[in-house]
Amino acid sequence: MSHADGSGYSPNGAASSNGSPLTRDTAIRGPARPAPYVGAGILLAAAILFPLMPQLYSFDAPRLGGMPFFYWYQLLWVPVSAALTGTAYWLVTREDRRRRAAVRAGGPPWTGEGSAEAGPGGERP
Amino acid sequence: MSGRDINWIALVIVVLLFVVVAVMGFLAAKWRRTGEEGLHSLDEWGLGGRGFGTWITWFLLGGDLYTAYTFVAVPAAMWATGAVSGFFAVPYTIVLYPIIFIIMSRLWSVSHRHGYVTSADFVGGRYGSRWLSLAVAVTGIVATMPYIALQLVGIKAVLTVLGLGSPDNVLLTDLPLILAFVVLAAYTYTSGLRAPAMIAVVKDLLIYLAVIVAIIYLPIKFGGWDTIFGAAQQKLGTVNQATGKPAGVFIPGTANYSAYWSLALGSAMALFMYPHSVTAVLASKARNTIRRNAAILPLYSLMLGFLALLGFAAIKAGTKPVDLDGSVNPQLVVPQLFLDHFPAWFAGIALAAIAIGALVPAAIMSIAAANMFTRNVYRDFIRPDVDPKTEAKVSKIVSLVVKVGALVFVIAMDQSTAINMQLLGGIWILQTFPAVVAGLYTRWFDRWALLAGWAAGIVFGTVSAYNVINPVTKAHFGGSVAPIPGTDFSVYIAVSAFALNLVVAAVLTLVLRALKVRTGEDLTRPTDYAADETDPKVVEIEKTQRYTQPGGPSPVA
Repeated sequence: MSHADGSGYSPNGAASSNGSPLTRDTAIRGPARPAPYVGAGILLAAAILFPLMPQLYSFDAPRLGGMPFFYWYQLLWVPVSAALTGTAYWLVTREDRRRRAAVRAGGPPWTGEGSAEAGPGGERP
Repeated sequence: MSGRDINWIALVIVVLLFVVVAVMGFLAAKWRRTGEEGLHSLDEWGLGGRGFGTWITWFLLGGDLYTAYTFVAVPAAMWATGAVSGFFAVPYTIVLYPIIFIIMSRLWSVSHRHGYVTSADFVGGRYGSRWLSLAVAVTGIVATMPYIALQLVGIKAVLTVLGLGSPDNVLLTDLPLILAFVVLAAYTYTSGLRAPAMIAVVKDLLIYLAVIVAIIYLPIKFGGWDTIFGAAQQKLGTVNQATGKPAGVFIPGTANYSAYWSLALGSAMALFMYPHSVTAVLASKARNTIRRNAAILPLYSLMLGFLALLGFAAIKAGTKPVDLDGSVNPQLVVPQLFLDHFPAWFAGIALAAIAIGALVPAAIMSIAAANMFTRNVYRDFIRPDVDPKTEAKVSKIVSLVVKVGALVFVIAMDQSTAINMQLLGGIWILQTFPAVVAGLYTRWFDRWALLAGWAAGIVFGTVSAYNVINPVTKAHFGGSVAPIPGTDFSVYIAVSAFALNLVVAAVLTLVLRALKVRTGEDLTRPTDYAADETDPKVVEIEKTQRYTQPGGPSPVA
């Protein structure tokens, strides 16, 4: 292989001693709590499955302003899906922020140098 | 009515907006530049500096995914055959975003850590197999070429209704198209991804303006949605003498359900396997940029849904999409609708939006295909020691070659060839899904098993698509839906090929594991898949290691 990226790396190089510098295996995040991910997973699964079931919406009635149910229902799913995805985003980013904070507070992995002060990337607007 | 009259006011507006956009394209080279390095690396030229924030990414992805051909083809399909082949675009672009929410942030993270520019880069690093990487790259390039060609078809539709060209003089007909493409090629060459990113903002605002005005004004003019849907129901229910079946589908019946959902799901899974989608994702600044976009990009889906309904509005309006040679060409429906029912200056804005809407994706696609060639063919197989400056140079030249290829495609060959190839491209590109997406979560699959699954999916998909016969013209490649062999359960061919692909890959993985075939080296670590912009890249970590640990691991290279 000729990928320049990982060429010089050796997996158990420098991680051993205390106060060791950053390695590729330095944890970026603390352990996960399952709840936010399960919650986000349910929301996203709903946003994927419901629009794919035409048996739920392939009807003419009731019409809305002359538009058959089949058409306005699917158009309605666009903002609904956006809201579900947005909520999943909120759940997952909050947990991600907590896990990053946990690993920073938890001791040696970070050796200063900007990375720690810069804060979790997910916060930027 | 061969030899249309030129609509001068609309034409002048289109040309004017085109010139504005071209100037922006050239100026974009100086936009958001960091440091003195110039555009001498793929990160700068091919990914716009990897620094686009949420809003630029929103415009860029919007301009990238919702192409001119989409604007032309979706209402055309609604006008001609109705809901199944047209309105499926709405559930397609709804389920798309939860899917990319799940997978794309991981691809961003691992690419950030390793400096990957293409999805094939990732596959190569993950599986330690440049052959699997090559398969992904070649599929991406081959699937992208006809997609670029279709953008030209979109521009052509606009030029035709404007009255440019005549059936007698082929060269004169294609001259404006060639001119537009030469300008596009020039600013893509100088500015890279920054050009389409900047132009996308203008294009998207114009499109929103055109669609919002049309969707409010036309129903009022035609007597409400009631009459529009009534006209559509009547037209699509009319029995076609050639086939003895209704002309189209107004509301899908039970028999069409599987086609409807599988078209939506297969297309959604395939879209982010295309190189141009991945390019726009990797050009973003942070891990969460794409996730935020998954929540705000649906605004485009809403616009697409209303645009699709304009196909029904055109049925009510009695729009006559007559091509230069006098034949009916559904793709002219939307441009013709705007020209017929709006003042010339507003029609000019709408038509310009479609034409510019072709330039943005065409630029991104050619950049993405060029990056794939440079990284996964040129570097992996021809010059392993290539430096970033040469990579950028090769990519720039390949982007020109790709565009010329697409131009020749459209001018020299029948338009239906490009459409058939695009249909096949969608089937092919989905066959890279197991290698790319499974790789983001697990190394369970064997590289050779994935390659075999890919090949099986491609062969099966191509043969199945060839065997679909158009009921009217009796031509091959008559559609993208076919029954699963041995059943009468009709699904999108890409989805059945994908299922076969997965089964082959899984079974062969078990076989190869039992035979203890050597697996490739995995250059990634679990931490790579969660890295964000503030986490250091692999090259940076290696540098600090060398400084702090003089006796530590030496680079083997």
